[in-house]
Amino acid sequence: MRRLDRVGLLVTTIGAAGLALPFVAFRENRIVPGVPIPLPAALPAWEAALLGGLLCAAACIALASVSPGKRLAGSLAAVAMLALAIGDAARLLTPPGDTIVRVAPGAGFWLLALALLLMASDAVARWKLAPWPRLGALAVATGALGALLWSGLWDDLSVMREYANRADTFWREAGTHLAVALGSLAAAVLLAVPIGILCSRLNATRDVVLNTLTAVQTIPSIALFGLLIAPMAWLAATVPGAAAIGIAGIGAAPGIVALVLYGLLPLVANTMAGLDAVPPAANDAARGMGMSDVQRLVQVELPLAFPAILAATRIVLVQNIGLATVVALIGGGGLGTFVFQGAGQTAMDLVLLGAAPTVVLAAISAIALDAAVDMASGKGRR
Amino acid sequence: MRWGAFLRLACLAALCLFLAEPERFGFVFAPFTRDGQPAIYVQNALLTLALNHIAIVALATSIGSAVAIALAVLVTRPVGADFLPLSRTIANIGQTFPPVAVLALAVPMLGFGTAPTFVALLLYGLLPVFENTLAGLSNLPPDVDEAARASGMTEWQRLLEVDLPLAAPLIVAGVRVSLVIGIGTATIGSTVAASTLGEVIMAGLINDNLAFIVQGALAVALIAILSSEQLMRVERWMIHRRT
Repeated sequence: MRRLDRVGLLVTTIGAAGLALPFVAFRENRIVPGVPIPLPAALPAWEAALLGGLLCAAACIALASVSPGKRLAGSLAAVAMLALAIGDAARLLTPPGDTIVRVAPGAGFWLLALALLLMASDAVARWKLAPWPRLGALAVATGALGALLWSGLWDDLSVMREYANRADTFWREAGTHLAVALGSLAAAVLLAVPIGILCSRLNATRDVVLNTLTAVQTIPSIALFGLLIAPMAWLAATVPGAAAIGIAGIGAAPGIVALVLYGLLPLVANTMAGLDAVPPAANDAARGMGMSDVQRLVQVELPLAFPAILAATRIVLVQNIGLATVVALIGGGGLGTFVFQGAGQTAMDLVLLGAAPTVVLAAISAIALDAAVDMASGKGRR
Repeated sequence: MRWGAFLRLACLAALCLFLAEPERFGFVFAPFTRDGQPAIYVQNALLTLALNHIAIVALATSIGSAVAIALAVLVTRPVGADFLPLSRTIANIGQTFPPVAVLALAVPMLGFGTAPTFVALLLYGLLPVFENTLAGLSNLPPDVDEAARASGMTEWQRLLEVDLPLAAPLIVAGVRVSLVIGIGTATIGSTVAASTLGEVIMAGLINDNLAFIVQGALAVALIAILSSEQLMRVERWMIHRRT
């Protein structure tokens, strides 16, 4: 007899717990506590049976030791059905035309989703896909999520209700969020690469720069934002033209500066490490060919250090997307606005409206840049 | 090095004095106030807030680190090897969750106050320690392991006497990262009413009082820098002892 798959056992246990717990929570309005509704009562009999069947099939596939491809297919089929079912449950439980009641996914739904996504990511991890197929899979998954949101199948879910009430603000804050995260990344790269080059040439600067940047890293984000408010306000008030280009004590400016400061350490350290790791033979050959120092740097050393710099870029981008939520605290906007508003009103749906896109953005950037790093360092080449 | 030690002691002394008797430092923060705002936060004693802050982070980081080390040991043994690829993916994706989101999502389950902050700290503290322990345990020099096996050590002895001591500096580095993240996350915890030094910064942001922001930020930053510095010394000592 083939032995049971251990990961499958874990996934099935989580999924079974998910089936036992309420599938959705029904609330008369967005503030009152919810009434838990189990899966059979939330869906028409045929749909509940179909979902149950697909979940059982996925569990069997998870438990039997079959190939990663089959595991992925099984989990994805169940995930798709689960996504349709939660939207249908919300639509059927909402009285027609009612915009006040809220149907939110319950603990059962979240556990089922967790179990299936764990199964899918385990399958992908065991498959050891090359970078290009990984990017393709990411694009397909993102496209499917986008299509689902656009199709309106989820429009009766509580999170989407919150979105519908704030569609304009949502896109503005999402834009601010991306601008803060990407803008500070670009500034950090532009600053860090020259600093890294300088440090790899001048040993005297190395310790000072790295120690200072490490100390910056230990200052908590909200504290650093707070500390930067004073000097930024002073700059705006005293330096002519500073206020005109957006420097101010409040708003996003202190946040952007703080994110740049946080991003410097990984970038400078990796630029240095990348340059230090350039084989002496490569440099000797370049010198032998009569290259000048600048040519050697641009044509030999930096290309060889590129994978290390790219790896740091990935760390900083993911970190920036997360930290940009905190910028909302100092009035800088971004998706964190919804998180803090929601926490203040104990409106979970509003928290999710801010948190879910942040997590999705960070995960997409992490997966995409991981693939890029593998490509750059030649792991993907056969 | 001696200058560094002196500076550390001076910072520690200044921090303790400030937390114990903040009123004496009123003159330092007075220039940041406007229109007769108070220069020192007095709603709650700074010392209490700081001790709460440190206690929450210390407890969450020690529990989180213990769990993370145990999990990393488990997935690197033959028993848990099936979970290795999945645990790597989870650690990778888990780090993309912003601490603020974890914090806010824990509120409906646990209510406002210290509890959601503690849970967020715990979950967030796991990942760096797990990743570093995993890295430490999977990159051991093969000849060392072989020597240990040849000398007749059991699986347990090898883990406790060879593998873990060799991975120790990396594990401590993970604990340090987790601690620094924890001190920051506990600060943000004040947005969900946790009683930490973040309260002072939040009061400053809400009342537009720069003096509160600066004193809260300085206190948190000093605690973070001093504790991270201390763990870095432990790391260096461990590496030094090994050679």
